[in-house]
Amino acid sequence: MKVELRFFAGVREALGVANESVEVPDGVASVGDVRAWLRTRGGAWAETLAEGRSLRMACNHEMTDPSRRITDGCEVAFFPPVTGG
Amino acid sequence: MTRVRVQEADFDISTEVAALRADNPKVGAVACFVGTVRDLNEGNTVQAMELEHYPGMTEKALEAIAGQARDRWPGSDVLIVHRVGKLLPLDQIVLVATTAVHRGEAFESCAFVMDYLKTQAPFWKKEKTEHGEKWVDARESDDAARARWDPESKKGAGA
Repeated sequence: MKVELRFFAGVREALGVANESVEVPDGVASVGDVRAWLRTRGGAWAETLAEGRSLRMACNHEMTDPSRRITDGCEVAFFPPVTGG
Repeated sequence: MTRVRVQEADFDISTEVAALRADNPKVGAVACFVGTVRDLNEGNTVQAMELEHYPGMTEKALEAIAGQARDRWPGSDVLIVHRVGKLLPLDQIVLVATTAVHRGEAFESCAFVMDYLKTQAPFWKKEKTEHGEKWVDARESDDAARARWDPESKKGAGA
């Protein structure tokens, strides 16, 4: 399944990438799975996307929790808690 | 009608409010909130600020917040203008203007929109201080402010 990844703010800087198209392996079915799969890249990925880190996730432009199912071609974003206003 | 804009340019509150309530004699109250850049945050002197957002999602999130406010206070209207890019102390960051028949709804709707915007809209501030650049941390008090609008909230603000 193809997923469009987007990273913002401190997460983008820590990973050194703003967006990336990836083919996720079978078994990666939710936004939380994507996060866990990206951690297996190690280094900054393991650290920045670690379970304990306070991260927000979005799927197709909607804030979501890790259980959200992903679909082919969906856009999944990871970013820090927001600080606008 | 909902009006939501994300832009680098500054805004003029009088022009915005005039447009918001134009040709609507049912409006008896307008409440406005303007967020501005402070020159001091957590003890550091802020020289400049960079505002990043998530194009596409930001507009959707703001539309959703404005829609919730309009549903909650029928007959009210909402305008949100949020700036992005480089900002300096004294600059305006955000405008929320709400209209209603009476002041109570206008005030509440305005506070509701800001409390949701602070926790739900994908904007991030990076401050430039004498110690370098730093992403601003989210505040727990902002989550608490948003939670007071939940139906089960004991404080029951706006309920």
